[in-house]
This record gives sequence, structure tokens and C-alpha cells, in this order.
Amino acid sequence: MAKSVKVYSTPTCPYCIRTKQFLRENNVAYEDYDVSVDQVKGQEMIDRSGQMGVPVIDIEGTVIVGFDKEKIKQALGL
Amino acid sequence: MYDLIIIGAGPAGITASVYAARKKINLLVISRDIGGQAAWSGDIENYTGYQFISGPDLAAKFEEHMRKFGIQLKEGESVIGLEKKSGSIEVKTNKGQYEAKTVIIASGKRSKELEVPGEKEFKNKGLTYCATCDGPLFSGKDVAVIGGGNSALDAALQLIRIARHVYIINITPKLGGDEIMRQQVIAAKNATVFNDAKVTQVLGEKFVQAIKISQQSKEETLKVEGVFVEIGLIPNSEIYPGITKNERGEIIVDHYNRTNLEGIFAAGDVTDVPEKQIIIAAGEGSKAALSAFRYLMQHP
Repeated sequence: MAKSVKVYSTPTCPYCIRTKQFLRENNVAYEDYDVSVDQVKGQEMIDRSGQMGVPVIDIEGTVIVGFDKEKIKQALGL
Repeated sequence: MYDLIIIGAGPAGITASVYAARKKINLLVISRDIGGQAAWSGDIENYTGYQFISGPDLAAKFEEHMRKFGIQLKEGESVIGLEKKSGSIEVKTNKGQYEAKTVIIASGKRSKELEVPGEKEFKNKGLTYCATCDGPLFSGKDVAVIGGGNSALDAALQLIRIARHVYIINITPKLGGDEIMRQQVIAAKNATVFNDAKVTQVLGEKFVQAIKISQQSKEETLKVEGVFVEIGLIPNSEIYPGITKNERGEIIVDHYNRTNLEGIFAAGDVTDVPEKQIIIAAGEGSKAALSAFRYLMQHP
């Protein structure tokens, strides 16, 4: 069953672009929150990850900070 | 054993890999990321063939070009050591160990750190080295930009549009950078420039709440939620102790991109090549690959 994946990102950050590219390459559907315009989601990201750097990836409640391929793979069971 | 290991996948490393792949050299690319500093650049208008392209888009084009050749790539690995042995060069990373006949170091530059108390603690907790990435999270807040050159002015101008107030903490007597940007920063109603000033501490609890600055022996605390460090770049060259560098830590290369160690070449921003530009790094990468190829022909 497909896992619920959320990506908190800004349009200009290279690691955000790489993260989303990686998810697409692996056919993983995700919800994309642009925290440069969505301040509510921006605050949610800060509260959930305890920090302010993008991207933050939420995979079924597992919060991953940055484009950490290994952690993402593990959380997705790839 | 590989014929060639390329360290770094910015414009220099990727171009080197394309040239080497076309020579059918057995090669491996090891890099923390793809695109290097180019991927972090805003708008690029001086890379021939593209009148306008964004940094991430150009980096994606570079990567696509590299992938076309099916080049072996270890992404997300950091090189921690390089050792020249008889007949081979050993490259150690945080994940493994590789051997090659030749190496091209194209590890680029990274942001310089402030080296003050609180910097490490509050990294990504209000303190950042990438205004382009993290800037939008600070809309409506008070922030400080540390630095006085073009990258600091660029960050300040991005932030002036969205933050409540922007303090610019510049260590020199006057702002540097381009006149046109300097005027825009000075004219902004929500910006204050502190010249001859330096940051001595970053303060906060969970997140940044303030910075301490000293200006002509006068101490002051500024309440800010964001700190953008833009004080220049340093070469990623510390892990190569046997290689000759200049006073800035840049690897010294000759016209053929040779370092002082046989079989080890270097290219791009990590070297002492004058002018750090994407197009120059790319050109240097191609030269280094051709030099490595020639070396391999001569030392079969």
C-alpha cells in the first residue's frame, strides 16, 4: 500500500529539487508543501522537525531533515 | 582498480566525467551532491548557449549529460582521505575505500563559517548559509545578514522584500560588492548597515533569538530570528595534506591541471585558477580529464 509522503520545501533549494526528483524516479506519490508561500505549513514543519532548514520529508510520521537518501529509502521500504 | 576517480560533481567534476567517459576510461565519480555551487546559484546569464538559466536547471542539465554515459556515481559520499601508494592512489570515503591510477580533485568550495559560539548549535535553527533556500521562512521577521560582499548584498536584497527588518553586519569600513546592489540595500527603509562590526555570539534557546555584535569595542545585542552567514567561501582541500596549496588553501595546478603529485589532477574552484566561474570550472574539468587520459596512455 502506498505510504503517505509529505515534502516541505522551497522552490529554490537544490536539495528540495533532488528530493522530489528522487521520489518521482521511484514512483512515490507525495504531497508538496511550498513553505515559501504557505506559512501555516512552514510553522508545522518547524514544529515537527524542531529546525528551520528545508527540505523536510514526512513519511508515515517519520520526519527526515534534508535529502538523506538512505533514511528516505529505509522509511519507504525501498 | 579504476583508471580514474573524480572527486566532486560540480561543473568541473561533471565535465571531467563526460570527457573521460567519451575516452572510455573506467571511472568513478564520488560526490556529496550533484551540481555543486552551481546548483545553489540564482540566475545564470553568462554560461554560453544559455541566455538565461537558473542554477538548479543548469545543474540538472549537467547531471543529465553525465547520466547519459552511465557513469558510476557514488552520491552522498564524502572523501575523508587520499593516499598515494606505489602504482595506485587510494581514496577513502565515509562509506568505503577505492583505488585508481589517477584522481581528479574537483571538490569545489564551501561557505566559510563564522566560528563564534552558538553558530553550530543554531545551524538550521535560525542560522543558515543559504538565503535562497531558507530565506522564505523568515517573512515578517527580523533577520541579520553577516557579510559585506556581493553574496551578502544578494541575500540582503532577497530578505528586504520579505523580512520585517534586515541588519547587515559588515566587518570592513564600507560595504563591498557591486554599486548597484549597494545602493539598493542602503536605500531600503527596512535595512540597517553596521560597518566595522563583527558578530561575537549567536544567542537563543531552541531557535535563534539574538546576536551579539561588537562595533569599535562597543557591544550590542540585536534581536533577530534569522542569521544569514555570507562571508565568503573556502576550498574543500583540507583532506589532501600532501598536495601543495596557496595561502588561501587552493590547490596549485599547472596549465595541464597537474598537482605536485603525479597522477593527481585538480580542477575548478578548489584550485588556484584565477576567476571562479561555472564556465571556467567546466573548462578546467575538461582539461583535467584530457590530461588524466594522456597520463594513462603514457603509464599503462
